[in-house]
Amino acid sequence: MKILVPIKRVPDPATTIRVLPDGSGIATDNIKWVINPFDEIALEEALRIKERQGAGDVVLVSIGQQSWQEQLRTGLAMGADRAILVKAEQPVDTFAVARILAKIVADEKPELVIIGKQAIDDDSNQVGQILAELLGWPQATFASKIEIADGRCTVIREADGGLETVAFTLPAVITTDLRLNEPRYASLPGIMKARKKPLKEIAVDTLGLDLHPRVKIKAMKAPQKRQAGRKLSSVQELVQALHTEAKVI
Amino acid sequence: MGDVLVLAEHRDGHFPKTTLVGINAGLEMARKQGGNCLAVALGDNLDGLLADLARYGTAKVIGLEDARLVHPMADAVAQAVAALVKKIGIQTVMATATAMAKDVMPRIAARLDAPMASEIIAINDDGSLVRPMYAGNVLATIELEGPVRVVTVRSTAFDAAAVSDKPAPIEKLKAELDPSNLKMEFVAFNQTKSDRPQLTEARIVVSGGRGLRSGENFKTVLEPLVDELGAAMGASRAAVDAGFVPNDLQVGQTGKVVAPELYVAVGISGAIQHLAGMKDSKTIVAINKDEEAPIFSVADFGLVADLFKAVPEMTEELKKLKH
Ligand SMILES: Cc1cc2nc3c(=O)[nH]c(=O)nc-3n(C[C@H](O)[C@H](O)[C@H](O)COP(=O)(O)OP(=O)(O)OC[C@H]3O[C@@H](n4cnc5c(N)ncnc54)[C@H](O)[C@@H]3O)c2cc1C
Ligand SMILES: Nc1ncnc2c1ncn2[C@@H]1O[C@H](COP(=O)(O)O)[C@@H](O)[C@H]1O
Repeated sequence: MKILVPIKRVPDPATTIRVLPDGSGIATDNIKWVINPFDEIALEEALRIKERQGAGDVVLVSIGQQSWQEQLRTGLAMGADRAILVKAEQPVDTFAVARILAKIVADEKPELVIIGKQAIDDDSNQVGQILAELLGWPQATFASKIEIADGRCTVIREADGGLETVAFTLPAVITTDLRLNEPRYASLPGIMKARKKPLKEIAVDTLGLDLHPRVKIKAMKAPQKRQAGRKLSSVQELVQALHTEAKVI
Repeated sequence: MGDVLVLAEHRDGHFPKTTLVGINAGLEMARKQGGNCLAVALGDNLDGLLADLARYGTAKVIGLEDARLVHPMADAVAQAVAALVKKIGIQTVMATATAMAKDVMPRIAARLDAPMASEIIAINDDGSLVRPMYAGNVLATIELEGPVRVVTVRSTAFDAAAVSDKPAPIEKLKAELDPSNLKMEFVAFNQTKSDRPQLTEARIVVSGGRGLRSGENFKTVLEPLVDELGAAMGASRAAVDAGFVPNDLQVGQTGKVVAPELYVAVGISGAIQHLAGMKDSKTIVAINKDEEAPIFSVADFGLVADLFKAVPEMTEELKKLKH
């Protein structure tokens, strides 16, 4: 089975993010860049499906700059078969990303797209769902378990108040939640092999799509910092403070 | 022109607080856009629900009925809502960012070819919107370009809509669903059983972290405190990942966002991803044995202590307070 896994390059979740003084963006010096954690989970799941089925083709795709090759190579080292970098110098919004992915899907014809539920930089949680609708495919968002048999797919998904099970026939889009799996690390032989795996580059303007961004970021600022309060020396003092001072109990 | 449509999610036969928050944000959006705010509920046999929904001050409530919307799948909801939006002419489609809305709203946006903003926390007079990014480290002012737009709102950022003395007119419509485009099948919903308040509705939330060490300790150590306070229970990702508690208790950037009057963090270090889900709480208490834990930097009241001693003590103190 051919599975497409989109990969976004994002700041390491442990990085402290600072807004530039002029509000035009975030300071990018000293940032360690990584694969979006939810995309790592997506890739891990794709690799497991391939391993279970004993055959398959796991294709990575990024829409970004030349530097994003680094994360694609990491994904290849984890075990993906090949990668596509759609080179876009201009910022793209979620709709543009989904449109480009839909075009790649039309060309590559995967049976499954496994995609992160959320990019931890923009925190949008949109691309997978938009893509599914553009393709007219079923979707299962926030997946915590995926089962595939005879082209039928059953997914357990994290809903409010419990777990929902949905089913459909492939092709489909599935977005990953944290509990789906625990991604592997790239092995040394994996890293060696990754250097020789195909990484195709496509210039975004050759795709002939309308990618004019309609979500415009006007300004950024840091949120007001919460002031630390005080430390208390006993449980009794804490309960008193909550009762008489904060008046919350 | 300028009308707003709010998707009114209902569960177990009523509208949770999150829905009322969405309606209130919709009313504000409509005022700022110079239009009316309408609310729509999806399902079957909606009469009772619609009568309830009509109490919250919208210009109209609409029921989209179809047996296939009882367990609403994203492809069906997107079809039904997008068809309605096109029919009645809506500028902004809104909902509170629950798991359900996160699932369906981008799909509705795609069907309408409309740009979307997720989890806004404010609506500016000029129509621009404010939303957190980077786990709440950044507040971005954004604009959505185009005649139709889709917006979800963060449940902690707006008040719940109040009951109005003038009920809204109710209209029932048949949902427009093309069977060849319904590809998703509902199989089951495995509800987490709990008698405690919902995380997103509770006045007090007590959350436990990896420091609790086991699911058993959540039960024997944390839950008596939770129940003594009449609180909802939450957890850090580490506690959920370890299987101590169910997934939907996770508070944070990629879980639920809460802002209760009192948030008690027990055995939680305070990673930025956790803070993103609770730092707007009114009063924050942290109990942690590590005085350097980052959670103390947002806590109004901190207690450096072993939770296995402090939490049972706190439960006892609270009991005394009652007498
Ligand atoms: C993509 C991504 C998304 C994430 N999303 C979320 C999210 O939504 N929500 C979330 O919470 N996290 C999230 N995280 C994880 C986050 O980065 C932290 O790893 C997590 O919050 C840590 O949980 P914790 O504080 O329970 O565990 P730890 O960081 O291990 O802290 C345990 C704390 O317990 C204290 N402790 C231990 N024993 C005792 C004792 N006996 N008495 C008192 N104190 C004690 C320790 O001092 C320590 O501070 C995410 C991470 C990533 C990468
Ligand atoms: N520029 C991009 N290139 C590749 N994948 C992307 C890009 N932007 C977003 N995605 C994918 O879309 C998912 C959801 O992102 P978002 O909707 O922006 O939160 C991410 O986890 C990625 O898998």
